[in-house]
Amino acid sequence: MSKVQDYPSRLGDNSSRKFETFSYLPAMTDKQIREQVQYIVDQGYNPGVEHTEVENAMENYWYMWKLPMFGETDVDTILAECKACHDANPENHVRLIGYDNYAQSQGASMVIYRGKGFK
Amino acid sequence: MAKKGYDAGVKEYRDTYWMPEYEPVDTDILACFKITPQPGVPREEVAAAVAAESSTGTWTTVWTDLLTDLDHYKGRAYRIEDVPGSDDAIYAFIAYPIDLFEEGSIVNVLTSLVGNVFGFKALRALRLEDIRFPIAYVMTCGGPPNGIEVERDKMNKYGRPLLGCTIKPKLGLSAKNYGRACYEGLRGGLDFTKDDENVNSQPFMRWRDRFGFVQDAIERAERETGERKGHYLNVTAPTPEEMYKRAEYAKELGTPIIMHDFFTAGFTANTGLANWCRDNGLLLHIHRAMHAVVDRNPNHGIHFRVLAKCLRLSGGDHMHSGTVVGKLEGDRDSTLGWIDCMRDSFIKEDRSRGIFFDQDFGSMPGMLPVASGGIHVWHMPALVNIFGDNSVLQFGGGTLGHPWGNAAGAAANRVAVEACVEARNAGRELEKESKDILTSAAKHSPELKVAMETWKEIKFEFDTVDKLDIQHK
Repeated sequence: MSKVQDYPSRLGDNSSRKFETFSYLPAMTDKQIREQVQYIVDQGYNPGVEHTEVENAMENYWYMWKLPMFGETDVDTILAECKACHDANPENHVRLIGYDNYAQSQGASMVIYRGKGFK
Repeated sequence: MAKKGYDAGVKEYRDTYWMPEYEPVDTDILACFKITPQPGVPREEVAAAVAAESSTGTWTTVWTDLLTDLDHYKGRAYRIEDVPGSDDAIYAFIAYPIDLFEEGSIVNVLTSLVGNVFGFKALRALRLEDIRFPIAYVMTCGGPPNGIEVERDKMNKYGRPLLGCTIKPKLGLSAKNYGRACYEGLRGGLDFTKDDENVNSQPFMRWRDRFGFVQDAIERAERETGERKGHYLNVTAPTPEEMYKRAEYAKELGTPIIMHDFFTAGFTANTGLANWCRDNGLLLHIHRAMHAVVDRNPNHGIHFRVLAKCLRLSGGDHMHSGTVVGKLEGDRDSTLGWIDCMRDSFIKEDRSRGIFFDQDFGSMPGMLPVASGGIHVWHMPALVNIFGDNSVLQFGGGTLGHPWGNAAGAAANRVAVEACVEARNAGRELEKESKDILTSAAKHSPELKVAMETWKEIKFEFDTVDKLDIQHK
């Protein structure tokens, strides 16, 4: 049994909480984030920024940061909006949504800035 | 008054049912049969016989034929093609007027199209290769109770395939131990765990006990991970009454998804349960036990793409599709064809994928194909490439067989799927660069590293039995 490793997730440890797609990977580098934002743009999705306190991350609705950026295809503009949201709410998770208006669903959703206590 | 008088006796089928000049109309149900005739039976006659026996005809003329307008109701064999790679089989295309079928009844359609005709002596073998359901008929069917987008919204899963795991051993666990196995998988990062198909309500684990403990596992894993979880609670039962009783209890517990075996239970039960799920807001996972009995023989039976279309109309939110790469049968191009039939709104005729007709599903929701059976982390890049985001990738042994247990096995799969999605989005070629993608992801995940070491050499390389018909001579 000595070789078997324990799985360290705990109810009592907030940092055990996940936040869906990509939350099982280490935080992405700037280059990796740019690639994912470019993918959202290339799919024709409409980018939108949302944020919430880490303890409320499981709820359906997070705070919408301004309005979705309909038709925005410039990666720098999108990343600047994510950063502006993060600067104004430094302790919160900040995620980028890619709205797919044909499927009437979200084609992508990923946390760009991890909230307080999350690596 | 069409014809004068009644002539008793036996006419050749082709006199009435072979109509090469017929142009199918938009409302016809079209079928493509692969027919292997008995030696000496002319192909037009055998095609006409299939059209007759699957619609209005019988072996002899009867006077009551003259009380109706048979020319309106009859099935029409309108085209014959050679089957590539075969000396004796033909494809026969048959058009059935929509008035032959009860609205919204897959049961009725199949009872006609694959009924008595399959035992017909003039045929050596018969296979229903494809059906085109006209949009007019599609609109009479309920279809998937929720559909892919609604499921994503309810489960809060976006931009990646969903992950599942069938609990093993298939049979014999007590309800509480079974719930433990579910909890471990869910806390490790799976979205769903699953009852195996033959888990119903046996003496070793009654359904009510299982439902309770499993729901407990779901709720604790949700609190622990902060993510939405589910378990396909199998409500397949000996009678419809018992099935609904179990479904009602699942709803009472607040569980998000239940499960049904559509083929052993039958389309009547399935369509009823799909309607119940639509009314009650539960997702419906469909297993396909018994399908290979009818769909694996390339010359006789019903092709799986037909079963998939029928199930979509009958109703289900998930349906097992094969994996291409795992332990169960499934040719790659053929699989791509039928997963289109499960998910897309419009599927174009494409013989290279075994699709014989354009199929319009209109606004009917799609189903998530479920890839399950003998897959593990090394298959992940190929699976993400083949199935894309709108799928459930289901690892049973590939989760539970991890040397550190289910939670570690689940985490390994979750890290692997996210690494593959990230790499795909970044423009990398998943199948070519699979080793590199997984190896770099494993640097941050000891669970993935151990999983990769455990299943390194496991492959299932057997020849496919049911291949697409192609010229091979």
